[in-house]
Amino acid sequence: MSAEVVIASGGLDCHLMSGCGFPAPGAEIFQFDSVLTFSIGSLDVHISKVTIVIAIMAIVVMGFFTYAFRKPKLVPRGSQNVGELGYVFIRDGIARETMGKDGDKFVPFLFTLFFFIWMLNFAGIVPFLQIPATSTFAIPVAFAIIVYLTWVPLGIYRQGFIGFFKAMMFPPGVPKAMYVLLAPLEFLSNILVRPATHAIRLFANMFAGHLLIATFSIAAFYLISASVVGILGSAASFVVAIALTAFEALIQGLQAYIFTLLTAVYISGALRAEH
Amino acid sequence: MTNIFATVAVLAATEGEEMPSVLAVPIDELIIGLIAFFVVFGVLAKLALPAIKKMLDERTDTIEGGILRAEEAQSQAQSVLEEYREQLSSAREEASAIRTQAQADRTAIIEEARNEARTAAAAVTANAEAQIAAERAQATASLTRQVGELAVGLAGKVVGTSLSEDARVRQTVEDFIADLEQQAAR
Repeated sequence: MSAEVVIASGGLDCHLMSGCGFPAPGAEIFQFDSVLTFSIGSLDVHISKVTIVIAIMAIVVMGFFTYAFRKPKLVPRGSQNVGELGYVFIRDGIARETMGKDGDKFVPFLFTLFFFIWMLNFAGIVPFLQIPATSTFAIPVAFAIIVYLTWVPLGIYRQGFIGFFKAMMFPPGVPKAMYVLLAPLEFLSNILVRPATHAIRLFANMFAGHLLIATFSIAAFYLISASVVGILGSAASFVVAIALTAFEALIQGLQAYIFTLLTAVYISGALRAEH
Repeated sequence: MTNIFATVAVLAATEGEEMPSVLAVPIDELIIGLIAFFVVFGVLAKLALPAIKKMLDERTDTIEGGILRAEEAQSQAQSVLEEYREQLSSAREEASAIRTQAQADRTAIIEEARNEARTAAAAVTANAEAQIAAERAQATASLTRQVGELAVGLAGKVVGTSLSEDARVRQTVEDFIADLEQQAAR
């Protein structure tokens, strides 16, 4: 019997005044049973709710934009209008903003990152899905790895191996003695810390947001009881859970934007040495 | 009471079961994430986005082309206006020159005509005067001769001899006539 099922059944019976403590949700709400397990060679592949959410959102993103841009008209209408808004937002607001005209080449990459991540985040407030796929650490890690393996080779290709690391570790305009301290720090910060924070920032935000919503939803349920405190507390928790859902909707878009914008900044830095 | 025990039991069970860390990265989930991204990226980059990129470029072309054409038309209109103004001003200059020339011509023509008229009048006057003078001289000469012949004839009849051959007589007659003329002039 998995922890999740035990907590869920305990939660159903458990109310204020019934002598049971508040079943605060923890990391276990991010663990899902595998609905299908198969092996490819020595690798066991578990298909869980998160996997299904990823598949659904991938189909939504591909489906919507393929449909919206199937026959673009000079004068846009309907879904093309919406899709175009997204395209122009990525092209002008992110790619050209950070890289100028060079950014046009990276628009499809940034476009995919932004909309796919946004939709994976958005799954957290879609009824029945109700889990942001990005709150599973492996997913942001996968995206961060893709981004990392894009900008590092690109920087070495554009600036040369030595030029790339020299521009990174020896920023100009600093007293010579400072390089003793600065060079190793810059190396660590760019090569090791940067991809880690890139993944963790997205993961932690979605994880925390989902946990908050879950906590207040469970509290609203738990506090239902034959007492004034219980009724008022339950109602307040419910309102907070709704408000947090609206807040999460904002955070989901914002985190997708931050992830994509940082990607653009990294690529921009790889294209030419920062001054 | 049973509930408390149940909860404790649940918590114990939760603690007991090996809970994977939230920061664990199962390799299968990682691979699923990578594959999902590349599928979405492939479909968007190959199928969805080229069409909209092409269309947006076309739209930019259309708009910028329209602006370019408008600018061209404007500059053309400007040059035509310039040309027209130039023509107008040169036409005005020409007109004014023609007017000035006409003024001068008129003055010259009038002057010429006046001079011609004056010359002609003078010539006519001179001619007439000369004719008159000639006629008078002729008349005077013929009158003098006839008066002389008459007087000599008369004097010859009075004296009874012909005096016409005598030079002294002719002198006397001429003196007499001159005297007469002087008296007439007085």
